[in-house]
Amino acid sequence: MLASVRQNLQGNQACALGAIAAGCRFYAGYPITPSSEIAEKMAVELPKVGGTFIQMEDEIASMAAIIGASMGGVKAMTATSGPGFSLKQENLGYGAMAEVPCVVIDVMRGGPSTGMPTRPAQGDIMQSRWGTHGDHPIIVLAPSSVKEAYDQTIRAFNLSERLRTPVVVLLDEVIGHLVETIEIPHIDTIERAERKWATEARETYLPYGETDDGIPAMARPGDGYRSHTTGLTHGPSGFPTQKPAEVNDMMQRLLGKIDRHRDIVDDVETVGCDDAEVLVVTVGITARAARRAVRQARDAGIKAGLFRPVTLWPFPENQFRAVEARVHSVLVPEMNAGQLCLEVERLSARRTKIARINRIDGEAIEPAHILSTIEELGRHG
Amino acid sequence: MDSALGKNPTGGNAGSAGTGIEDFDIRAYLRLDLMPHFMCPGCGHGIALRALLWAVHELAIPKDRLAIVSGIGCSGRVGAYIDANTFHTTHGRPLAFATGLALARPDLEIVVITGDGDCLAIGGNHLIHACRRNLHMTCIMLNNEIYGMTGGQVSPTTAENRMTTTTPAGNTEPAFNACALAAAAGASLVGRGITLQTPALKNLMKEGLAHRGFSFLEVISDCTEIFGRKNDLGSSPEMILRQKSQMRPEYFGNVVDEPFRPNAMKTGILSRNERPEYGDAYRAAMVSTRATASHGHG
Repeated sequence: MLASVRQNLQGNQACALGAIAAGCRFYAGYPITPSSEIAEKMAVELPKVGGTFIQMEDEIASMAAIIGASMGGVKAMTATSGPGFSLKQENLGYGAMAEVPCVVIDVMRGGPSTGMPTRPAQGDIMQSRWGTHGDHPIIVLAPSSVKEAYDQTIRAFNLSERLRTPVVVLLDEVIGHLVETIEIPHIDTIERAERKWATEARETYLPYGETDDGIPAMARPGDGYRSHTTGLTHGPSGFPTQKPAEVNDMMQRLLGKIDRHRDIVDDVETVGCDDAEVLVVTVGITARAARRAVRQARDAGIKAGLFRPVTLWPFPENQFRAVEARVHSVLVPEMNAGQLCLEVERLSARRTKIARINRIDGEAIEPAHILSTIEELGRHG
Repeated sequence: MDSALGKNPTGGNAGSAGTGIEDFDIRAYLRLDLMPHFMCPGCGHGIALRALLWAVHELAIPKDRLAIVSGIGCSGRVGAYIDANTFHTTHGRPLAFATGLALARPDLEIVVITGDGDCLAIGGNHLIHACRRNLHMTCIMLNNEIYGMTGGQVSPTTAENRMTTTTPAGNTEPAFNACALAAAAGASLVGRGITLQTPALKNLMKEGLAHRGFSFLEVISDCTEIFGRKNDLGSSPEMILRQKSQMRPEYFGNVVDEPFRPNAMKTGILSRNERPEYGDAYRAAMVSTRATASHGHG
């Protein structure tokens, strides 16, 4: 019997157990509130499965170490919060450029700077997409429950391995510290994706060549390929190039590879979107408040809907546009001064009324606050 | 040897190694299709590269098992010429990347090639912690006293009064003694070499590679084109001979107490601090944890 087990878990701990279930065998991290429980759980759990935990000297080193481990062929993860996430950005870009699979959990806080380490905020909606310099591919997943923290961490590893890209799991402090009882499936029922490893002859192997699916096979050190990996703009051979045609080809493949796999990347939760007139778009704990508000609004006769991008980046444009075309108002509640709403505004038709709820005082947004705004939008629709 | 020109996909150069210069052909260890290399005429980095590959050859380390991790700068570009698993990482971070690689793949022989700016300025924190941790790898710091790649700015090892593009009145900061720093931070093997005597440098590299634990090797390299020109130090041979004249064996008494280098250096193995390699120690400590593990959650 492949029985599941019920466990009482914190969101952060669920990320750690999800990572191990996904096959993560290396963790490097640095203590930072409100993510430290992830490191603590990994330090205890990884040795049990033959994995390695290391507490590095700083956030930058942690990011470097997981990329180093992954280049060696081991699934690797780190976790952090806003200030640490800022410090990791250069090496995160290296991971994107060198196409090294890795997973970064960011348990958000507000900012700028140290902000309020123990208070909930959703300050990294944009940093998670655009934190590192230059155009780059990235996938960001935004769980809104403990169960989803577990599942989406597994999914983060699978997407990262399949698409050879860093994947960020974006939690807020409430989800990170929330304790819920979840069903943990038997390990043998968990789908685990493995990286495409190079198997062809060394003479014809191109570490960064074009392929049918846009994802080149990776050479495992020791397998005889003796390939070169660099953060410099490189050609198909992996060695630096400044030839415009080669650079353009490489960058187009790199920037386009996620879009070629939107079928496995996109993930959206919708509530009442079929007939919604007022649409709420949000993520994380704010989405749970929104879900309640939407149900209450519908009970009161207002056609409200929730659109929750579980895969936050790339933003599910097509799914959003399809729903947005039928509503007269969109409400974006978020625990920041207005970040996700920028993407919503970009994708919305001019006729649509866009409303915001922004909380930057270290408190979560309550269902009642969202409900009253839905009611207001419903009246004026 | 059959792995010459890198055509042997298994990289099996083991067994073909000898001990003399006669059977060492550097071309068997280079990516010849990348030649000509990009280093300036007179640059000492090529000599250091030759010494490293000669040491690899004499120790019969298979190219497939050799991983070169480098950072950014002139030193960072040296690794790409080696026919091995090469990783050109970010500025100052090669030791941090190598830490992950070493823990994930203890079967690899890891050599970090870094520079004085990469290792001591932006990467200084990683250096001291790598020394403290004692993972098995060899860190070769090519010290040319300057940021050459960016045009000649002052570095943490630029001697006082030297002219650089960012010290128009001469350098007013004292220079780091990198070896003293590494020893103080706990590096289990510390050594220094100069590019004048390649066989001696090769022997130093062999000591570093063979040592189980973290080896820190400083190679005094010369930057003729930028640092030398700016300071009227003459041609490359003149600069290399000056390195020799600056050796003061009696000076380097207590490495812990001399954090700065006032223009005096000792070469060879400077200190040893034998202690458990970190990966071994970690794995041994975790055996008991694993024995009592519950795999209930997978």
